Amino acid sequence: MSFATSRHECTARVPAMKRTLPIIIVLLAIVLVWYAAAIGMNAQWQNDVYRRADITNVPATQFIIDTWNQEKPVLPTAHQVFGELWNSTALVAPNKPRSLIFHAWVTFSATALGFVMGSLLGIALAVMIVHNEAMNRSLMPWIVASQTIPILALAPLIVVIGFNIFTGTMGIPTDPARLMSKAIISAYLSFFPVAVGMVKGLRSPEAIQLDLMHTYSASANQTFWKLRWPAAMPYLFASLKVGVAASLVGAIVGELPTGAVAGLGARLLAGSYYSQTIQIWAALFAASILAALLVIAVGIVERLVNRAMGARPA
Amino acid sequence: MSQLQYFLSLVTGGVCAAALALSLVTPFETGLLLKTFLALGVLSLIRFILPLGLWIDGILALLGAAAVLISIGVFTPTPPYFWMALVAAWLFGWLFVERLSKTLAPRLSDNGGLGLLIPVVFGLSILVIWEVATRAGNVPQVILPPPSMIWARITASVPTLFADFQQTFLKAVLIGYVLGCGLGFVVAILIDRSPFLKSGLLPLGNFVSALPIVGVAPIMVMWFGFDWPSKAAVVIIMTFFPMLVNTVAGLNASSAIERDLMRTYAAGYWQTLMKLRLPAAGPFIFNALKINSTLALIGAIVAEFFGTPIVGMGFRISTEVGRMNVDMVWAEIAVAAVAGSVFYGVIVLIERAVTFWHPSVRGA
Amino acid sequence: MGPNAVVSAQNLGLTFKTNDGDVVALSDVSLTIDKGEFVSFIGPSGCGKTTFLRTIADLEQPTSGTLRINGQTPENARRERAYGYVFQAPALYPWRTIEKNVALPLEIMGYSGSQQAERIKRTMDLVNLSGFEKKYPWQLSGGMQQRASIARALAFDADLLLMDEPFGALDEIVRDHLNSELLKLWAATQKTICFVTHSIPEAVYLSTKIVVMSPRPGRVTDVIESDLPRERPLDIRETPEFLAIAVRVRDGLRAGHSYEEHV
Ligand SMILES: Nc1ncnc2c1ncn2[C@@H]1O[C@H](COP(=O)(O)OP(=O)(O)O)[C@@H](O)[C@H]1O
Ligand SMILES: [Mg+2]
Repeated sequence: MSFATSRHECTARVPAMKRTLPIIIVLLAIVLVWYAAAIGMNAQWQNDVYRRADITNVPATQFIIDTWNQEKPVLPTAHQVFGELWNSTALVAPNKPRSLIFHAWVTFSATALGFVMGSLLGIALAVMIVHNEAMNRSLMPWIVASQTIPILALAPLIVVIGFNIFTGTMGIPTDPARLMSKAIISAYLSFFPVAVGMVKGLRSPEAIQLDLMHTYSASANQTFWKLRWPAAMPYLFASLKVGVAASLVGAIVGELPTGAVAGLGARLLAGSYYSQTIQIWAALFAASILAALLVIAVGIVERLVNRAMGARPA
Repeated sequence: MSQLQYFLSLVTGGVCAAALALSLVTPFETGLLLKTFLALGVLSLIRFILPLGLWIDGILALLGAAAVLISIGVFTPTPPYFWMALVAAWLFGWLFVERLSKTLAPRLSDNGGLGLLIPVVFGLSILVIWEVATRAGNVPQVILPPPSMIWARITASVPTLFADFQQTFLKAVLIGYVLGCGLGFVVAILIDRSPFLKSGLLPLGNFVSALPIVGVAPIMVMWFGFDWPSKAAVVIIMTFFPMLVNTVAGLNASSAIERDLMRTYAAGYWQTLMKLRLPAAGPFIFNALKINSTLALIGAIVAEFFGTPIVGMGFRISTEVGRMNVDMVWAEIAVAAVAGSVFYGVIVLIERAVTFWHPSVRGA
Repeated sequence: MGPNAVVSAQNLGLTFKTNDGDVVALSDVSLTIDKGEFVSFIGPSGCGKTTFLRTIADLEQPTSGTLRINGQTPENARRERAYGYVFQAPALYPWRTIEKNVALPLEIMGYSGSQQAERIKRTMDLVNLSGFEKKYPWQLSGGMQQRASIARALAFDADLLLMDEPFGALDEIVRDHLNSELLKLWAATQKTICFVTHSIPEAVYLSTKIVVMSPRPGRVTDVIESDLPRERPLDIRETPEFLAIAVRVRDGLRAGHSYEEHV
């Protein structure tokens, strides 16, 4: 017994340093490759620039530094991307359209709204599926099948038509309408993983555990709250993490077809129209940071819930 | 009869009775089929005295659906009892499915065709309701075209749809998928011998899997041009990491005792890899292949939103949405859905053949 | 250590380093196993039986003392495929048929196709599994799976067979049956067998020599030579000679146990 626990602790405690070191080295290698590639990929343009300006005999170091600092490089370098990130977050008021925080907020709000709607829907559906055999047999095959369908293809349709319905038929102002139509895509994307994961989770208690509840002659309600729901928690959070990432993808893609001017997706699109590569990369990194923050946030909630449920901190 | 079934039967009969009463004000000949269905529906209330077989509910549901579909054009405006008949038909369908699944429930596996019937009934009822609601309800086509119209559009635009399919699926998706999965697999095998690289790349790979990678699409379009290679590049990036992470995990999936066994034979690295670790990794690799099949299609279609030559599924969807040709958009989505499911289905079939030994496949 | 020694251990010690400190799994184990012997290792769990077997198989490295297999280091013995190992679980590969599982070591060791076929047939006959060649492991009962894993260990004709509680997970009826089959197989093949068990009757019934071990630290407390005849029907277990040996084994185990209580 003591042997088993000691083994467990040793993986958690000892190699904190050992675990991060390889990651750091690999990251460093990526940055190295990145800068090396930037020289090659930006070289042609740099040569054109020199030719047009009639500059010859550029020293190699100058050439390299120039390729790393072009205005519209084929491959922007890390310091350019992070510089742009810094400039468009810290140095701009967050309510200006120049600010990436502004765009990230627009995307985040659609993501969050859609994620909440999708997760609630997914959980509700899973509860119904687990409790009703007809629901299970009718819906489960379709839910599984629908995961194989490129749902994102629907995005332009939902955004444009949804937007028109919201503003036209329902008379909602444009901004909330745009938010709602993006949130629907987000909800749509996050609902599948949550529903599937929750069905798995609610079914995870073993037969003997269910039999035990049966011997207590527990009601379906009691079995649900005392056994199925707590047993489903790990599954719920695992699928919420997938779901929140999918929600973000949905919101970003939802910003592509509307000609929207706000949001990280709109930044990507605008960047690609005007060949603003640094802007594209900055938006991409901002989206990645947002994704990481969202997943981490779900992880924190998971830990809080685990603690509230009295689980041993891992 | 369970509580739910009791309740459903009562409500269904009641709806039929009310609708029948409402329909009596119209001349006798109009909507005769509808009235027949409603009368039979009222008659089904005798089940409280004399039990009715579940197939009767199925037939009534079918009859109701047919009656409603046939009489769509008959009325202007659509009277309330028409909608009530639709509801009644749907309730009969529900009742049928509920009773069928109750009788099937004890026999969890091995109910062959009958088990399949339930989701089919569900899918059909969605289609019928969609068709009836959009046509009888005069829903504007730009909002939601009826399925029949989408089908007509599909049959009328086969050449366009095929050209798009060829551009997006046969070129971008398949080529990107094969290269991305292949690359992920090869890199996984290469880093397998280095624990250092593994512990450095794996967390990164896991992290990247959570990122909105489709966002690289504009960059790829800039680098590789408008045509399919840029889409294939997006697909490669999207499919690479799931394959890498899953293959590495799969290569570690063999148990200690199985590896000890190979050691007692003094088997070399490659022998252990080929005879033990790769076969054991099979389920993981197929898991990645399945995840990637969906990702690949998404990646290719979304990448086309950032610029394409004038062909491709994503291109068609975004331009036809702009022109409010919604039926074409739905036709394209239907093609994408079929392509996606067939793609996935083929991989599942191969998986069944290759990892036949795995409990998850054996059990099914 | 005579020329016949298949396994010879001198003052063998093995200490595992763990986070909780050191675990002495083997301490000062000296033992010689001669060719053709059937040696059982018996003792409470955690006394180092598995560790000793794994050390012979070069799956663990001793931290002190010397160990020779056929006069060689364990590593060289392993490279020469000197032994077949039967694990506690069958560890058959589920994607291979039974005959392909038996063929696994033969493929690795580079036997030709015809040699493989001939050996598969012979060993499958030996463990009474003929007719099940094309089945997959999961289609067989636990007892049959374990027999297949024995066939796999026999297939390449190593003279030494290491068996770690091979029948531990089986019920008593199947176990009795497999025990008598194992004895027949041993008589037919003349192999040297090291056999780990929890069960006193099993140890006495099978062995020519019984090694009693005790835990903390794992060491040998008694080595009992059995003078039962090599030919052993199942009802030999009711004879006074059998019971006398069983009593000695039990006393040995108890002695190890009382030592533990004094600590
Ligand atoms: N890999 C290992 N690391 C640390 N301790 C181990 C390891 N393997 C076995 N042990 C310890 O060594 C002792 C002997 O184990 P083992 O040989 O498996 O006993 P047995 O087979 O007799 O039950 C036990 O205390 C066990 O906990
Ligand atoms: Mg053991």
